[in-house]
Amino acid sequence: MTLKEALNSGKFVITVEICPPKGTEVEPILSDAEVLLGKVDAINVTDNQRAMMRLSGLAFCRLLLEKGFDPIFQLTCRDRNSLALQSDILGAYVLGIRNILALSGDYPSKGDHKSARPVFDLDSVQLVETIKKLEKGENLAGEKINGHPKFTVGAVVNPGAVPIEPQIIKLKKKVEAGAEFIQTQVIYDVEIFKKFLHQLNMPKLKILAGIFPLKSFKMAQFMNEKVPGVSVPESILKRMEFAQNPEEEGVKIAKEIIEEVKPLCAGIHIMALNDVNLVLKLI
Amino acid sequence: MIITEQKQFEKILKSLEGAEKIIVFGCSRCATSCGTGGEKEVAAIVKKLEKAGKEVLASKVLEAPCDDRLNRIDFKEVGSGVFKTADAVLVLSCGAGVQTIADISELPVIPALDSLFLGRTKRIGKFYEMCVMCGDCVLEKTGGICPVARCSKRLLNGPCGGSHDGKCEVNPNQDCAWYMIYKKLEKQGKLDKMETRQPPKDYSKVIRPRKVETR
Repeated sequence: MTLKEALNSGKFVITVEICPPKGTEVEPILSDAEVLLGKVDAINVTDNQRAMMRLSGLAFCRLLLEKGFDPIFQLTCRDRNSLALQSDILGAYVLGIRNILALSGDYPSKGDHKSARPVFDLDSVQLVETIKKLEKGENLAGEKINGHPKFTVGAVVNPGAVPIEPQIIKLKKKVEAGAEFIQTQVIYDVEIFKKFLHQLNMPKLKILAGIFPLKSFKMAQFMNEKVPGVSVPESILKRMEFAQNPEEEGVKIAKEIIEEVKPLCAGIHIMALNDVNLVLKLI
Repeated sequence: MIITEQKQFEKILKSLEGAEKIIVFGCSRCATSCGTGGEKEVAAIVKKLEKAGKEVLASKVLEAPCDDRLNRIDFKEVGSGVFKTADAVLVLSCGAGVQTIADISELPVIPALDSLFLGRTKRIGKFYEMCVMCGDCVLEKTGGICPVARCSKRLLNGPCGGSHDGKCEVNPNQDCAWYMIYKKLEKQGKLDKMETRQPPKDYSKVIRPRKVETR
């Protein structure tokens, strides 16, 4: 079943994030990922995530496709101008990639190439529009293109951002432009997520809640303090602080969150820093 | 106003290596307002140059080093003699002023300032970037707050996911431009402007170098 079919089937969709290697040794990550075959609906491949240089997400998507996965090509506006974005979108299509997640991208000063020039020729709303335009047979210059590329387009939102109203305005523009599914920033506080969904008031929108299993108290503190718009409730911080086995506790917490969001949204998106065994414990 | 800051004196000296007889020019406009190239700063740098063993043949705060018409008048006052005997000209102005003088002088022209941005003066010593001169103003759509200049990602359709508590993800001491735009438009009852999708920016308007020739 492809991601699109899974989204349309009404089943609880599971996607997992995988980061390509910093270098060319793809085998360890690919063979690790194999245990997820048949257990997840799609794999997101990050695009120089957190502005850290990695192997091309486009290339890694193709490798995952060859293993039998349905990859989601994460495409940011940070590293490519409008020509490069369009040619990579078309390139993804001929390589068999059918899902794209459109993002703005983290700023280079957040990553390992701090002096790199950020592009941001387009923003994420305009990137969704661009994909849709190419599907209609036209490029951004208004010229006809040949072939019939077709994608399932996704976008992101941070349900914990304060205030949430400007985020919702932007999310609605992404959906209006053609985004069919939404993957969220990590959620630890389900109450905040509930409030967000209530305010968004788009019950038919396919939203996949972001899940990031905590491994230690330090990680929980980092998430709570350093990641904008992510708050870890006091109760979870306490549990991580006093847990005998923090990793097990993190899995338990993540499972509870998954159970809580199940009735609220279309699925989950698991981010576990390539730790597939941890992912297996959650699904 | 063009906001500038003075280079480290050691760097300026290095640029002046081999030049003994120097002419120093300041700027009565932006660099004076900025406190980087006015009477006070020109006098201070002349003193430092002399202490470093340089001979300052002439020093003057020009009316506007970026304006050929005003330079013609000011240069007459300086006299062509000093230009013939000097080894270099040190200019305390933005890059436009430095280049205008470099174009009309045979001498090596050395910048003493770094040009930073087009900004607003809140108080002396408090300057904020406001405009990147994109050639395609969108301020009527964004509550008078420019996302091209003031959002680090130059986003045109709303904040990124890192905007939190009104602050920017890139620099948490910085207000998020889109938070400010949202608040302003909300207050004005014009959030529909933010709800409208904005097309990509037309970067053909910034093919460099730009010029305006109306006559």
